[in-house]
Amino acid sequence: MNPLEKKIRVLIAKPGLDGHDRGAKVVARALRDAGMEVIYTGLRQTPEMIAEAALQEDVDVVGLSILSGAHNALVPRVLELLEANGQTHVQLFVGGIIPDEDTAALKAAGVSGVYGPGTLTDQIVADVRLGVLGETAA
Amino acid sequence: MTIVVQDVLHGSRLALARLLSQIENSTPAGYTALSELFPHTGQAHLVGVTGSPGTGKSSLVNRLAWHYRHPPEGVPQKRVAIVAVDPSSPFSGGAVLGDRVRMRDLTGDSGVFIRSMASRGSLGGLAAATSGLVQAFDAAGFEIILIETVGAGQAEVEVARLAHTTLVVEAPGLGDDIQAIKAGILEIADILVINKADRPGAEHTERALRGMLQLAHPGRRVFRHHGALETVQPSQPEPTSGESVWLPPIQKTIATEDSGIVELIDQIAKHHQYLHDSGEWEQKTRARLQSEFDDLLHTALVQRWRASVTDERIAHIFEKLAQRQIAPRDAVSALLNGVPR
Ligand SMILES: Nc1nc2c(ncn2[C@@H]2O[C@H](COP(=O)(O)OP(=O)(O)OP(=O)(O)O)[C@@H](O)[C@H]2O)c(=O)[nH]1
Ligand SMILES: [Mg+2]
Repeated sequence: MNPLEKKIRVLIAKPGLDGHDRGAKVVARALRDAGMEVIYTGLRQTPEMIAEAALQEDVDVVGLSILSGAHNALVPRVLELLEANGQTHVQLFVGGIIPDEDTAALKAAGVSGVYGPGTLTDQIVADVRLGVLGETAA
Repeated sequence: MTIVVQDVLHGSRLALARLLSQIENSTPAGYTALSELFPHTGQAHLVGVTGSPGTGKSSLVNRLAWHYRHPPEGVPQKRVAIVAVDPSSPFSGGAVLGDRVRMRDLTGDSGVFIRSMASRGSLGGLAAATSGLVQAFDAAGFEIILIETVGAGQAEVEVARLAHTTLVVEAPGLGDDIQAIKAGILEIADILVINKADRPGAEHTERALRGMLQLAHPGRRVFRHHGALETVQPSQPEPTSGESVWLPPIQKTIATEDSGIVELIDQIAKHHQYLHDSGEWEQKTRARLQSEFDDLLHTALVQRWRASVTDERIAHIFEKLAQRQIAPRDAVSALLNGVPR
């Protein structure tokens, strides 16, 4: 990675009440290994906590790990709060078990990527780079 | 004045967050803003929190900030900014910044602003831009700025240079081996915190620290009481021949149970008072500005000079040095004085 390239800042959060954050940690580490600065906020984050952290940390990207099935409620709320805070440029991606029909709806609502259990972290890294830096990253 | 700076001074959190990134990335806009904000700085009490990994620094910061936001009756509430530094990976340049995990109690409070920072290759516990971020928070009206260092486990002198009050956090278990408590860290401590006082060995750690303090501060008074030789516990600033000295107090805490935190805040306030009464506040501030001024002057002079001399000339002189035709000092003189080749 070009050292003069802008440092990409990513917030990784685990909203909802389900208990483990293994997936979130794997993604956080992969992004770090790709040279990004990852703010990790831990379990049981509310959409308000996520948006507040995204604002204070001035992140470029927010990644949510959702296994509880509550994505249809949580994701639009996070998008709404990011927008209310003036962070319209922030990209939001979601990892977890998301049914196909919901994936389309989430993308239509403005989610940049939806990643199921088998996704390679390289794919997420490449998408985040491309999303933030544009074609120059490819 | 630029719009960003106006917005920051008027309390815009979005403007502040973005400005912090500009400063962190050393952009021209960041430098301009820092210059404009400078007249508004110098008000905040900067409190450094350092200590080995996992001793509970973030948990302490969380509870300290919470109490500053929820003071006892009659005590004014303070606005709190937190800068938490974690290490960058030397391999990828990336970082996982996890201190916020312990700071959940501060959610939803507009009087608190938490910012995580990667060290970006700096050694010494802080990042190169930490002091710039702190200045921005200071200008934005945050009265207490808590600075959590990387926690490399070494004497982190940088934070003591930046902060007015430095807390060194120890925990039982880590300090069992007295050698593990570095003498250097005692020299930078204004207040020693033994966190995780619920853990076995807290008494042992306290004894070890008191022993170390006696060595580090040998000038303490010793007096006889009921015939026994008794030492004054280093807990309060004591007047010695008219001048006051600060002897670092030891405060036991259990961050996860909110125990000892009010007392710790009290010690921090006492130290703040001491700094003002003794004139050290002013001295510290001047020393910090002096060293920043010196560094900038140094960098600027080198850059200016470097722009006035060709690579060839430097290479030519160095070649003479390498051939041992000219000594290193004389090589430098030749370059600086433009002595003909
Ligand atoms: N038993 C006990 N555990 C504590 C106490 N304070 C913190 N912890 C726990 O110690 C662990 C580390 O706490 P942190 O606050 O993250 O420590 P830290 O010094 O900030 O860690 P780094 O930033 O990684 O160096 C966490 O699991 C805390 O819950 C305490 O007073 N007692
Ligand atoms: Mg920490």
